[in-house]
Amino acid sequence: MVAETPVTASASNARVQTEPTPPFVEVQDLSIHYGGKKILSGVSFDIYENEIFGIIGPANSGKTSFLRALNRMDMFTPGMNVTGTIKIDGHDIQRWKNVYALRRRIGVVFPLPVGLPLSVYDNVALAPRLAGIKRRSELDIIVERCLTRAALWEEVKDRLDSLGSLLSGGQQQRLTIARALSQDPDLLLLDEFSIAVDPVTTMRIEDVLKELKHEITIVLVTNLVQQTRRLSDRTAFLLSGELVEVGETAELFEGKVRDQRTLGYLEGRFG
Amino acid sequence: MFAPTELNHKNRRNQRLVRMLFLWMATMLIIPVVLILGILVYRGGPMISVDFLLTEPTNGMTAGGILPALVGTVWLVVVALLASVPIGIAAALYLSEYASDNWLTRIINLAIINLAGVPSIVHALFGVGAFVLFFRFGTSILAASLTLAVMTLPVVIVATKEALQSVPFAFREACWNMGATRWQTIRRVVLPNSVSGILTGVILEVSRTAGETAPIMFTGAAFFLPFLPQSVFDQTMAMSLHLFVISTQVPGVPEELPFGVALVLISMVLAMNALSIAFRTYLRGRKKW
Ligand SMILES: Nc1ncnc2c1ncn2[C@@H]1O[C@H](COP(=O)(O)OP(=O)(O)OP(=O)(O)O)[C@@H](O)[C@H]1O
Ligand SMILES: [Mg+2]
Repeated sequence: MVAETPVTASASNARVQTEPTPPFVEVQDLSIHYGGKKILSGVSFDIYENEIFGIIGPANSGKTSFLRALNRMDMFTPGMNVTGTIKIDGHDIQRWKNVYALRRRIGVVFPLPVGLPLSVYDNVALAPRLAGIKRRSELDIIVERCLTRAALWEEVKDRLDSLGSLLSGGQQQRLTIARALSQDPDLLLLDEFSIAVDPVTTMRIEDVLKELKHEITIVLVTNLVQQTRRLSDRTAFLLSGELVEVGETAELFEGKVRDQRTLGYLEGRFG
Repeated sequence: MFAPTELNHKNRRNQRLVRMLFLWMATMLIIPVVLILGILVYRGGPMISVDFLLTEPTNGMTAGGILPALVGTVWLVVVALLASVPIGIAAALYLSEYASDNWLTRIINLAIINLAGVPSIVHALFGVGAFVLFFRFGTSILAASLTLAVMTLPVVIVATKEALQSVPFAFREACWNMGATRWQTIRRVVLPNSVSGILTGVILEVSRTAGETAPIMFTGAAFFLPFLPQSVFDQTMAMSLHLFVISTQVPGVPEELPFGVALVLISMVLAMNALSIAFRTYLRGRKKW
């Protein structure tokens, strides 16, 4: 979908390594089962604050399932069983007292866009309202900012009252992104966010993501290897539920891999 | 290249034949409805007048109007709704939005199915035992309405559950992912998009309630009571029982009178159904996803 032009990782893409900050997300020995079927087996890695962390891997490797576990969606996914620990900001999310507060800090965008059957405005204002913001002027600002960041504002600013669920597929996906941003999250989970979005708009959103990472941490699951290359500071390669390796994106794409399977996948030889 | 083969022809003939057969069967459904309405209007129509609707029965129910029965039915239906709608909607919300698939949920669902299958005369006897005697409501509107409410609860619950389930799961997931609680999700997304469906169910319940005879016969409806009820602890006449009584229990009733009563009763029910169809059309007219 997106033009796969090779992009050399720019210097700004590489994470600046200064003092060793504790990781923002610590994944330790994480396994995920669906009704006895193991689909993620004991992976461990860290995600640092203010980085874009890419996750790549062929279908069925457990990428989406990992994101679901991060947001404690296993609580309402029948049969989903998560073992091991995920710590966010030092706290084990399994022991988080108020799971709603946890989810409020995490914005998620899944591949199938969901425009809620509310107006475009209310779609984006929902999360702030749930967080207790009532003043219209305040909401107006949030709605405009989030829609602009999701590259949707220009298209919908004259029809904020029309139903979000009746927008086009690509617009709904951007609405979903705007909604995730409206939570003012500390952690943003993007799962193939550009699957229904045209290449030009995708680039605009990618630019916004590069800006956003100065404020928040982003986990980017994508099937577009070049998107990882353009955006992520570090990349994890998952294969059939196993973590093959995690490395600096720039180094991986230079061929400095520890496992030849990573290279094979990056060069499109399998997957 | 595109010339039809013999098999294509045969399939087409079969398709027409099957279609005709089904059409014919579906059309037959109209016959009883038309016959019932036709006879009622033809024979009962001349009975209907403002006086008929607004006066009491006289001469041992062989003449006069139906006012106490009409008012009584409204009382019974309204009180029954007041009891069954909140309980039914709450139960449906629990089953659809909160319950996980465990033994308790399965028992509740089983109870609802069985409740729907209990014959109305058994409900009547339950009503006598529970509301008239045990709770000491006596034979009263309250006892009769509660009996009706228990009987029609499955209608409300099933209709509400269906309306709730017609809201895609993805909407709930999207809300939960934003940190919305179940209740916030229900209030802001699920209920607003299922309220028309729920209302349709409630209206269907009304028409069912208005027509029932057995459950109210021993619990609160009187054969003949020429005054209007003052409170829920009074007995009352009711359209359905009145029709039964003047058709079978009272000598010397003019032949046309039951037709008139039946016509009024069925008009009430049909008006309710029409309202429910209108709601559904309205619902379909503004599809939200
Ligand atoms: N709710 C579920 N119940 C049962 N099995 C599931 C469920 N969700 C996912 N799975 C299974 O888990 C496995 C991994 O799925 P997952 O969505 O995590 O893969 P993925 O890496 O995101 O793949 P893709 O790149 O195609 O999105 C698949 O075999 C899938 O069938
Ligand atoms: Mg996936």
